[in-house]
Amino acid sequence: MRRIYLDHSATTPVDPEVAALMMTYYTEKYGNPSSVHAFGREAKQALEEARRQVAELIGATPQEITFTSGGTESDNLAILGTVEAMRKKGKHLITTAIEHHAVLETFEYLEKNGFELTVIPVDAEAIVSVEDVRKAIRPDTILISVMHANNEVGAIQPIVEIGNLAKERGITFHVDAVQSLGKIPINVKELNVDLMTVSSHKIYGPKGVGALYIRKGVHIVPLAHGGSQEKRRRSGTENTPGIIGFGKACELIGKRMAKETEFQTKLRDRFMNGILERIEYVKVNGPTGEKRLANNVNVSIRFVEGESLLLSLDMLGIAASSGSACTSGSLDPSHVLLAMGLVHEIAHGSLRFSLGRQNTEEEIDYVLEQLPKIVDRLRMMSPLYDQVLHSKQAQ
Amino acid sequence: MYTEKVMDHFTNPRNVGELENANGVGEVGNAKCGDIMRIYLDIEGDVIKDVKFKTFGCGAAVATSSMVTEMVKGKTIEEALVISNAAVAEALGGLPPAKMHCSNLAADALHKAIENYREKQLGI
Repeated sequence: MRRIYLDHSATTPVDPEVAALMMTYYTEKYGNPSSVHAFGREAKQALEEARRQVAELIGATPQEITFTSGGTESDNLAILGTVEAMRKKGKHLITTAIEHHAVLETFEYLEKNGFELTVIPVDAEAIVSVEDVRKAIRPDTILISVMHANNEVGAIQPIVEIGNLAKERGITFHVDAVQSLGKIPINVKELNVDLMTVSSHKIYGPKGVGALYIRKGVHIVPLAHGGSQEKRRRSGTENTPGIIGFGKACELIGKRMAKETEFQTKLRDRFMNGILERIEYVKVNGPTGEKRLANNVNVSIRFVEGESLLLSLDMLGIAASSGSACTSGSLDPSHVLLAMGLVHEIAHGSLRFSLGRQNTEEEIDYVLEQLPKIVDRLRMMSPLYDQVLHSKQAQ
Repeated sequence: MYTEKVMDHFTNPRNVGELENANGVGEVGNAKCGDIMRIYLDIEGDVIKDVKFKTFGCGAAVATSSMVTEMVKGKTIEEALVISNAAVAEALGGLPPAKMHCSNLAADALHKAIENYREKQLGI
């Protein structure tokens, strides 16, 4: 059976060049970078090359990069580490309603432990208002955390403006850039960010690796104490093969980004327009054009439920994701869609397709051919579709 | 995550649709939680002659609806009333734990449809 992978915001395949390079560091150059001998030195050298590659992709200096086990750890280190370091300055924290759970849950944990939290709402396109952030700032605000681009609907946030605001007020500014890395050019200096989370497995690198950019002069308290690796910011023997793979993936995507983005934008618009043309009662979730990531398609298909859509697509070998409750592990649908003002029943019927490097027009056309049949079948089963059906039959 | 039997009932659901001459209709769930099941019964004497369903929901919601219609067709009301949600799940070879409470409501819809039939008979 043919398989079409359209879930690149969940994870990506590892680039073969990256995988091949990593393998060397498992089987041949396996030294511990902290060791003095030649084995250690060659690993250390490769580790530092990876640091340089990651730094280059985001316009940072290598000294500002701390490797971690991934996006979740970087978010936790940024938030908990800042709060611990700034405790005496204040206890007010600001974030947005559409953050990844790694950010939201960390803030909620802090709120339960005596901190005060303001969660900024978003508009119908899932974009945060700079004005709302400005109004939320208090004299005791110590941290603002806003994601660069949303993982569910691809909405790109006004990071430069919020960064300026944070800088003016002397507040630490953290940005989760897991979804935007490799999709839109990032320069930490221009964005005025103090801390930035990035992850490897969304950019054709291995899973279990990420980094936190920590601007020179910004102090955070580490979560993991031990052997003083990563300049004491993150103790523990480095995941050398993973980090080296991440570095290589950064280098490769840096070269390919412009072309890939251009192609994916075309593919995305062909896909979204195709869905709107072929299926009735569909709503696009999130912004269109420049404010949306090139690889994100998110639609709500009325009168049907997301997991049923996913199962039906999966039977045809098509991989996507949904914001329905059934896929979130809770009884509520996606917090992002709800924050955008979608009612539950529309949020339950959401589908996200996230494009990647190897997707083709032909694949998209195949999905556009199959999806209407799936929707028809499920709608014929749905009691919510009765009204539409009966009015059609009456005509 | 789903058994083969669940996938079979999801892919080829039995008894989908409405019954124009239904004399008992039951609905459970709501759009907010993501599952709505509606069961139509055609009862003659004490026997369920025909049954159909319409469901909005996940794979488990569709499969349990389909399964319950298969289990009650030709059965008496008394027999249908003892069918539980757990029995429907069991007949499907089990459901993932997370689905047991939220999407496993087909027997409830069936019982509501029988209740509706009885109320109609009593002229309530």
